[in-house]
Amino acid sequence: MHWQSVLEPQGPQAAHLHWLIVVFFGVCAAVWLLVMLVLLLGLLRRRPAPVPPLPANPASERRAGVIVGSAVGATVLVISALTVLSAVTTHAISADPSDPLLVQIRGHMWWWEITYEGDRPDHAFITANELHVPVGRTIQLELSADDVIHSFWVPNLAGKMDLIPGRDNQLSFSADHAGLYRGQCSQFCGLEHAHMALFVVAEDPAAFERWRASQIAEAAQAATPEQARGRDVFASRQCAACHTIRGTPANGNIGPDLTHVGGRAWVGAGLLPTTRGSLAAWIADPQGVKPGTNMPMVPLGADELKDVSAYLAALK
Amino acid sequence: MTDPRIAPDTRDTQVPAGLLERQLGRVWGTPEGFWAALATVDHKRVGRRYIITAFIFLAFGGVLAMAMRLQLARPEGRVIGPDRYDQVFTMHGATMMFLFAVPVMEAVAVFLVPLMVGTRNIAFPRLNAFSYWIYLGGGIMLWSAFAMDMAPDIGWFAYVPLSGPQFGAGKRADIWAQMITFTEVSALAVAVEIVVTVLKQRAPGMSLDRIPLFVWAMLVTAFCIIMAMPAIMIASSSLILDRLVGTHFFNPAEGGDVLLWQHLFWFFGHPEVYIIFIPAVGMVSSILPTFCRRPVFGYLPLVMALLATGFLAFGLWVHHMFTTGLPRLGESFFTASSMAIAIPNGVQIFCWLATICLGRPVLRTPMLFVLAFFFTFVIGGLTGVMVASVPFDTQVHDTYFVVAHFHYVLIGGAVFPLLGAIYYWFPKFTGRMMSERLGRWVAFLVFVGFNLTFFPMHLLGLRGMPRRIYAYPTEMHWGGLNLFVSASAVMLAAGFLLFFIDAIRSARSGEPAGDNPWDAPTLEWATASPPPAYNFAHIPVVTGPNPLWEHRDALPVVTGLRVERREILVTSVAGAVPQARESSPRNSIWPLWTAITTSIMLIWSIFSPWAVLYGSIPIGFALVFWFWPKGTPEDEA
Amino acid sequence: MIRPALLALLALAACKREIRDLRTDPPVQAALEGIRLMPNGIGGAPPPVISAQGDPYETNAWQLNQGKQLYTWFNCKGCHADGGGLSGPALTDGWWRYGSDPVTIFSVLHDGRPNGMPAFRDKLTPDQIWQLAGYVRTLGSYSGKTAAPSRNDEIQSRPAESRAPAATPLSMPPSR
Repeated sequence: MHWQSVLEPQGPQAAHLHWLIVVFFGVCAAVWLLVMLVLLLGLLRRRPAPVPPLPANPASERRAGVIVGSAVGATVLVISALTVLSAVTTHAISADPSDPLLVQIRGHMWWWEITYEGDRPDHAFITANELHVPVGRTIQLELSADDVIHSFWVPNLAGKMDLIPGRDNQLSFSADHAGLYRGQCSQFCGLEHAHMALFVVAEDPAAFERWRASQIAEAAQAATPEQARGRDVFASRQCAACHTIRGTPANGNIGPDLTHVGGRAWVGAGLLPTTRGSLAAWIADPQGVKPGTNMPMVPLGADELKDVSAYLAALK
Repeated sequence: MTDPRIAPDTRDTQVPAGLLERQLGRVWGTPEGFWAALATVDHKRVGRRYIITAFIFLAFGGVLAMAMRLQLARPEGRVIGPDRYDQVFTMHGATMMFLFAVPVMEAVAVFLVPLMVGTRNIAFPRLNAFSYWIYLGGGIMLWSAFAMDMAPDIGWFAYVPLSGPQFGAGKRADIWAQMITFTEVSALAVAVEIVVTVLKQRAPGMSLDRIPLFVWAMLVTAFCIIMAMPAIMIASSSLILDRLVGTHFFNPAEGGDVLLWQHLFWFFGHPEVYIIFIPAVGMVSSILPTFCRRPVFGYLPLVMALLATGFLAFGLWVHHMFTTGLPRLGESFFTASSMAIAIPNGVQIFCWLATICLGRPVLRTPMLFVLAFFFTFVIGGLTGVMVASVPFDTQVHDTYFVVAHFHYVLIGGAVFPLLGAIYYWFPKFTGRMMSERLGRWVAFLVFVGFNLTFFPMHLLGLRGMPRRIYAYPTEMHWGGLNLFVSASAVMLAAGFLLFFIDAIRSARSGEPAGDNPWDAPTLEWATASPPPAYNFAHIPVVTGPNPLWEHRDALPVVTGLRVERREILVTSVAGAVPQARESSPRNSIWPLWTAITTSIMLIWSIFSPWAVLYGSIPIGFALVFWFWPKGTPEDEA
Repeated sequence: MIRPALLALLALAACKREIRDLRTDPPVQAALEGIRLMPNGIGGAPPPVISAQGDPYETNAWQLNQGKQLYTWFNCKGCHADGGGLSGPALTDGWWRYGSDPVTIFSVLHDGRPNGMPAFRDKLTPDQIWQLAGYVRTLGSYSGKTAAPSRNDEIQSRPAESRAPAATPLSMPPSR
């Protein structure tokens, strides 16, 4: 698992950016070393300071002028080269994609609503916080925000792009290898900005199609009596007012879509790994693990909590 | 005050030599006592007050920084919750930027610029006093709000919609917006005074090519303030209107624009950092000649670089918005301009290096801070070149890489020269030297502590750590570096603590200093330490850029100013040819009253728009009393 | 000695309006449901825990803001528009069919009412219902409270709640 690092590019966009970063670092480090060297030389050549200040020596003034002038000229060249390099990289990462996979991402406080359009209206589905992509294909994200400004950033794959209310932004990237890549909101968006992570799961195209088919399908049926009780608790209590589980009466659209929540790797936008226990912990006390979140503390009894967490964990 | 014992229009040539200083002291001085001190318009006293207050806010901001480092030292820390943490980092940024960095640079200028140009007081002295009181009012309002759990929690740049009416519950964002008004009015006032002082009150003979580089730097800064501050005043006023009255400046549904805020803010915000940096450049250009025992190399290129920096600073602001989805061509323009500003900065660095190489460096404490500046600011400037590139920035924007960058340029580029400047000019401010031994310790602790604290943040940013997060998961493996950063921050804090101790001890019992303990070339060293209320017994005449090195025995002076009233000499803009004798205002309590009534109106307007109407009535009264012609000598020709 | 005391005094005043109490303790959550209604169903006594907490749902800016968020999320607009009323009665005209005190509004939201007002007891937790009730009272209030929320970032349809009154109170009872 690659933990959200700019220095481990896993896709062509991130690779171009990584190369640019390395070049910039090399050039800037060399410049800094040169300046420090000259400074050191100037200091090491100290001689006892004369009490009255030095008179200026025209010859050395002229020579210094030539050196300073050349240094300024070299600076101009270096700056120009870096600017051109930067423009070249911008061009390289924004090559026109062919046959991109279109995904809409809408930022909420503090979770990601992800909509896959699909080729038919009944092949569209909504999920949350976890973006599956086929390896090698360009993904084109349409970014919008529901409330305040957020920013989509998965450093292993691409640079960031803001989600701005009232604007539609786009970001394109592709992944070279299968893997799990973590991203995080990187525009301060309120109390739980720190806990608004998302995951990109890159998988080979066949696995991706299997995943997509399973997502299009409705929620799994309750397999055990415990899960059936959990399903009923979910539908009859506050849960259904905010969340949707397709195939059940629950069709709230305030919180994340939970149709396949059990199949996602993390709960609470990257807060806890999905297990039955963590789902129960989340439901029992959302404010305890993510203070400020909009999910209320639903007053469930202990048995109800057990049943609901069993049901949700089984919704793969 | 007019001295009634002396006949009107008595000139200084008519007063015997020994009596002149006493007479000038009577006319220009501030009487003893608490109320008289509140009413002083002496730029030195106001400037000292300003500097001390700004450093107190630095200490407050530093405590907040230590709180943040305590919370971030371990993964998923539980020291501070998200609400308090959001207030803490907003207060840290706002205090450092608005209550420390800009005011302290202006304060040093308020003290030094009139002395350096050879005049008796700053232009518009009562406005100067007002500007301090209104600054103090804004600082008190902000920190009182913090004590009441009402501090802004939206980041120091308060992006909408988070700070807007829908998502900014309560009055926190309004406190932020009104604090802006306080501090920007204060800054604008000082900027205007500096421009007029520098252009019209210079000593005869101080033509444009003989103006000290610090004064040039402050002139450029003052113009930047005048051009930049209106943008943020518009932004913060629009925000208050949106929140309080229900306008739609930033509401996309009604034709407003979320990005408008960012454009307005950063049009101010980028010049703001140059407003902080350019005075520091002037300080370096003042300290270097003294401690390299030669005039600075490249006076004209340095002045040109200052002008170019001030001008270019206004063409960079979009580099704070590279990830907002603006058109690519436009963004690339700002990459080019952001990189281009490295060129005048480079000119300055190279000229300074030439000064050092051609001179005989003397490694006293102020010079140590200048060397620390070189090491640190060049790193910060180079990471600035990195983030100026749009694609580079898309990976590091809003991460700890940027936090590292701006601390390198602000602390390295502004605070190190400031500390050096305090060590350098402390004898002039107080008449006593700071401790050389403690000064070396301060320089060491601050320099090493700073680099150990902030250099690892570059790596943290590249390893994916965003800004403004109150906690981070254990799995990210950022814990080790964060713990190291937090531990190093203790060293940095120790350095600052030692600095405060040294300053306070030296002010009480430091070694007494003569007029010119460093054998420096500029005019402020031509008078006593600290200077008498009237600065110079006779206004000096300047024949070159380093007056005290050109006339090592006695400066030529002009005579003929009146001694029974406050009088200054007004000279021409380019050649500083004397034009007129002008009276200078006396001490007055009305700037304080105006500041109090203005503060009341501004704070009230957070809660009700009617405050702008009703609260202006007391302000009107105060202004009427301020400007009422009282038949004072100021009004005579 | 005096200065900290003065600061503490000042702190108390603004304290109530600005604190963010993010987590309602489970016992408090349970107690919040414990209103005691009058026999005719209009008016009654609020649970003591509300005044013990300093009456946050009337005076705390964050709670009122959360209430406003719930008003949008649970589609109160569908019947009450922005307070001007559609198929449901207006909330800003100063006329209250069942009374305007907090307990009555809580009861209306909790249990619903005939002719179309749904019950929210299974859709909202008790503290959310109190947040919404507090917000509804600012909708219809005659003067803008300092703690009241301001306009949303959407199409303007009436003055902000902090600029109340939103509409001139009707002199005659409304027709519906």
